[in-house]
Amino acid sequence: MSSNNDSISKTLIVVISLCLVCAIVVSTAAVQLRPTQQANKKLDSQVNILRSVGLVEGSAPAARIAELFNTHVETRLVNLSTGEIDASCDRACAEAFDYRKSLKEGKSLAQADDVASIRRISEYAPVYLTYDENRNLKALVLPVHGYGLWSTMHAFLALETDGNTIIGLNYYEQGETPGLGGEIENPRWKGQFVGKKLTNDAGELALTILKPGNADPDSAHQVDGLSGATLTANGVQNTFTFWIGENGFGPFLAKVRQGALSNG
Amino acid sequence: MANAKEIKTVLFGPVFANNPIALQVLGICSALAVTTQMSTALVMCLALTFVTAFSNLFISVIRNHIPSSVRIIVQMTIIASLVIVVDQFLKAYAYDLSKQLSVFVGLIITNCIVMGRAEAYAMKSTPGMSFMDGIGNGLGYSVVLLVVAFIRELGGSGSVFGVQIMPLISEGGWYQPMGILLMPPSAFIIIAGFIWVLRTYRPEQVEKKV
Repeated sequence: MSSNNDSISKTLIVVISLCLVCAIVVSTAAVQLRPTQQANKKLDSQVNILRSVGLVEGSAPAARIAELFNTHVETRLVNLSTGEIDASCDRACAEAFDYRKSLKEGKSLAQADDVASIRRISEYAPVYLTYDENRNLKALVLPVHGYGLWSTMHAFLALETDGNTIIGLNYYEQGETPGLGGEIENPRWKGQFVGKKLTNDAGELALTILKPGNADPDSAHQVDGLSGATLTANGVQNTFTFWIGENGFGPFLAKVRQGALSNG
Repeated sequence: MANAKEIKTVLFGPVFANNPIALQVLGICSALAVTTQMSTALVMCLALTFVTAFSNLFISVIRNHIPSSVRIIVQMTIIASLVIVVDQFLKAYAYDLSKQLSVFVGLIITNCIVMGRAEAYAMKSTPGMSFMDGIGNGLGYSVVLLVVAFIRELGGSGSVFGVQIMPLISEGGWYQPMGILLMPPSAFIIIAGFIWVLRTYRPEQVEKKV
């Protein structure tokens, strides 16, 4: 290396031109690929909503997913504290709503309330109302999340119109130990939740995740945990406790049980 | 351009004779993190080989113009740009895999192999040879990663590339999976085993007793 390379002017020229070239390359890639990435993200969330209600098993072509989603699912926003569906925000407005961003900017939870360790909560949350071919309401899908052992685990919880019976629970994003806690994504494990009831007759959360092998298959409320993943299973339990509770979808589900959705 | 024999040494030397993980023990952080499944390990290998090869190439092209006072920063800038591009491509065309790899693609930036080859080889070699050296070291990394991932996925989940080879007891089969293989420490044990086997066959790799 010649000493000329180390002169201040040469150093500045090399560094500045390198930065320019790199900046152009990186921003071109980011801008060019963004539409594809966003389409992927949207499709991913749509297919996971459809999976939670059982309209899609495994995977399906992109066009079919979009078609199913548009014909069967209607996105609406719920005001979590009142439990009312926001009438001023129609389907298109609700689809454009960025829930993750809203969560980041949401109000902090007091430590005692934050059972699922999610720290912040949004004022509004999306719900996905699912209709059959004859436009009868079949299911409501709620986005839920909570902290497991290492990561925040995101799921869609599909409920029947009684707001109590589980149609499906679909964990779709988590960073738990693969093979142990990561098994919450295993269809066999998720399948256990189908048909269980969230609450008992008194309206309190009764769904319990027990140590593996202890759940009574005939019980309406008991589910087996995962072996080697007690903390992940506790996280799932906490997720239910929080989202079914007063700070989560509790007020909304109470209104659903009173028949709020059947009128409109 | 160097002769064929030299290219061969540069390209295949790092696979066993001078393996970046087994001999130099570089870049093992990602070797622990992404080796629970073959598919994530394979994508990680491809991404790392791509980044090492091209960062070596570009750094070698401009090596005579890099001021020595800021050379590390210049290398980092090139490596970081390449990693971001790879990450963006994965997010666009392999969304599911990029979700599983999450931060580890971004962490290629800090992988010692990339930086090590840039500083040790590309700064003083021709672009063609540097590119080959990058591919070679990528291959060396890949061999170890794929061996570790094969053992961990087969033993821990009874499958290879997600295809069930040994049916698990929990799914009605006969195989009781070894949970420890899915935990990070098992990768240390397997890499150590790999090094042991390698050094048994190539005793010249054993460090001299002081």
